[in-house]
Amino acid sequence: MIARAGNWAMRAAPWLAAIAVNWIAPDYMSLAASVLTMGLFALSLDLALGHAGIVTLGHGAFYGVGAYAAGIFAIHVWADPLAGLAAATLVAGLVGAVTGALILDTSGLTLMMLTLAIASMIAEFANSARDLTGGDDGLTGIRPSPVLGLFRFDLWGHTAYLYTLAVVFVWTMIAWRILGSPFGHSLDGVRQNAARMRAIGAPVRMRLIAAYALSAAMAGTAGALGAQATKTVSLASLGVLTSGTVLMVAVLGGMRRRWGAYLGALVYVVGQNFAAEIDPFRWMLVIGLMMIAVVMFFENGLAGLVDLLDRRARPSTGGGK
Amino acid sequence: MSVLSLLTILLDGLAFGMALFVISVGLTITLGLMRVVNLAHGAFAMIGGYAGSVALANGAGFALAILIAALAAGGAGLAAERLLFRPLYSRGDLPQALMTFGLTFVVIATLTILFGTAIRIMPLPPSLAGLVDIGFRAYPAYRLFLIAAGALLALLLWLVIDRTMFGARLRAAVDNPRMCRAIGIDVDAIFATTFAAGCALAGIGAVLGAQLMPLEPYYALRYLVLFLIVVGIGGTGDFRGSLVASLVLGLIDTVGKYFLPGASSYIFFAAVIGLLLWRPRGLVPGPSQ
Repeated sequence: MIARAGNWAMRAAPWLAAIAVNWIAPDYMSLAASVLTMGLFALSLDLALGHAGIVTLGHGAFYGVGAYAAGIFAIHVWADPLAGLAAATLVAGLVGAVTGALILDTSGLTLMMLTLAIASMIAEFANSARDLTGGDDGLTGIRPSPVLGLFRFDLWGHTAYLYTLAVVFVWTMIAWRILGSPFGHSLDGVRQNAARMRAIGAPVRMRLIAAYALSAAMAGTAGALGAQATKTVSLASLGVLTSGTVLMVAVLGGMRRRWGAYLGALVYVVGQNFAAEIDPFRWMLVIGLMMIAVVMFFENGLAGLVDLLDRRARPSTGGGK
Repeated sequence: MSVLSLLTILLDGLAFGMALFVISVGLTITLGLMRVVNLAHGAFAMIGGYAGSVALANGAGFALAILIAALAAGGAGLAAERLLFRPLYSRGDLPQALMTFGLTFVVIATLTILFGTAIRIMPLPPSLAGLVDIGFRAYPAYRLFLIAAGALLALLLWLVIDRTMFGARLRAAVDNPRMCRAIGIDVDAIFATTFAAGCALAGIGAVLGAQLMPLEPYYALRYLVLFLIVVGIGGTGDFRGSLVASLVLGLIDTVGKYFLPGASSYIFFAAVIGLLLWRPRGLVPGPSQ
C-alpha cells in the first residue's frame, strides 16, 4: 500500500509541478507551453518508434498537418480551440492511417525512405496550395476564441499554458493507458520480433497501422497546440528539421521511459531558447554533440542517466524499477 | 513537339540524372554498399565543398579544388569512421541514423561558425562555363561535363568493386565480416578505406554539383532527402541500382517539369513512393539480404 501510494505520488508530482509553473514562472509561459507541446510530440514518436519500432524520419509531417488543419479550421470553419484541436487530431490521424497502410509492409531503410518521401510530398502540397496554406509565407490570422467560451487567451499566456497542460495531460494519460494494455504490449512484441508475433497469430500489420495512426493523431494535436499558441503555421513545421528535432528530443530524453519525452523536451526547448538568443549555430553544435554522446554512451537517454545517478545514490535498492 | 526538342529533354534529363548520381555516388558506397545509415553524407559533402571553395578563392584551379575537396572530405570520413561509425556497425539502423544526424548538426554549426552563412561561391572554369555545339543545337558544356563525369565515376566504381581483389574483399566483408576475419582479411582496414573513399566522393560530388545545388549552411539537410532517395530506390548492396535510380529520377523530374510544370514535384515524389513500394528492396537489389 505504501509503495503504491509512493508510486502515485511519483506520478502526480511532475504534473503538480507543471501546474505550479503557472505561478512560479509567469514570465516564461510561452516557453513552458512549448516544452509541453514538444514533449507531447516526442511522446507520439516514442509510441511509434520506441514501442512499435517504426523507424520514421518523417514524423514532422503529422505535426505540420495538425498545425495546418487547426489553423485552417480556425480561420474558415470555427475559431473554437477545442474543436480545432479535435479536427487537427482527426485529420493527422487519418493521414497517419492512410500513409501507414501504404508503407508499413516495408521495414528498415525502405521504410525510412518512404516516410521521408511522404513527408516531402506533404510539404510540397502545403507549399503549392497557397490559397489554403499561405505557401512559404506561412499561415497567419489564426484567432482562437476563448476556451469553452469562458477563458480568453490572455496576453501573458496563462490561459494558453494551462490549456496546453490540460490537453497534454489527457493525451499522456491515454498514451500510458494504451501502452500498459495488451495492445501496447503487443507493440513491444512486434518491435522485438515481428516474425514470432505473426507466428502466435497477432495481426502485425494492423497493429502497426493502428499504432502509427494513433501516433500521428497525437503528433497532430501537438501541431495544433503549437499553431494555436503561436497563431501562425510555417512551412518549416512540416520539414525534415522538425522530424529530426523530435527524433533528437525523444532519444535525448530516453525512449520507452515514462518521463523521457518530457525530460528531453525540457532540456531541448529551454536550452534552445537561451542558446538561440546568443547564436543558433552554437546551439546546433551543442545539440549535435549531445546527440552523438547519447547514441555512443547513454543509450537510455537522460531518463536512463537519472536512473543511473539514482542507483549510485542508493546502492541497496538497486534492481527495482 | 519535334524530335529534336524531345532529344533535348532527354539530354536534360540525362544530365540531371547524372548530377544526382555524381552527388550521391559517395552515399551509394557508404549506405548502398556498406549498409551504414549515413545521414551525414551531406555533411561530408559540405566539408569537401567548403574546402574546395576555399581553394578556388585562393587561386587554385578547378582540378586542384576537386582534389582538395576529396582529401578534406575523405580525411574527415576516415576520422569519423574510426571514432564514431565503427562502434555502431553492429547496432542497427536507428543508432546510426541518430548519430549521423547529430554529426550533421555538428558539421553545419562548425562550418557556419567558421565561414558565416553566405552561399559559397564556386565559379566554373571558362572551359565549362560556355556552350558547346552538339550538332543540332548549342548545349551547356557543364551539363555535358556532368554526364561524362557521372559515366566515368560509374565505370571506375564498377572496375574497383567488381574487378579488383579489393572489391571482392569488400563485398565479402560486407556480407560476412566474421568469416572474412577468420580467413585473414583485415575487415577494419577495408571498411575504413571504403568509408573514407565514399566520403571523398561526397566531397567531389559537392564541388561538381555546386551549380545545381549551391553550398550553403543547410546544404547537408536540404539535399539529404534527395541523396537518400537515390540510394533507397537504387537498392542497397549494389551501386548500379543508384545509377539506374538517378537516371530514372532525372528523366521523370525533367519530363515532368516540361509537360506538367505545376505538378512536377508531386510527380517526382509520387514516382519515388511508387518505385519504393513496387520494389521495396530497390531497382537493383543486392546479392543478399
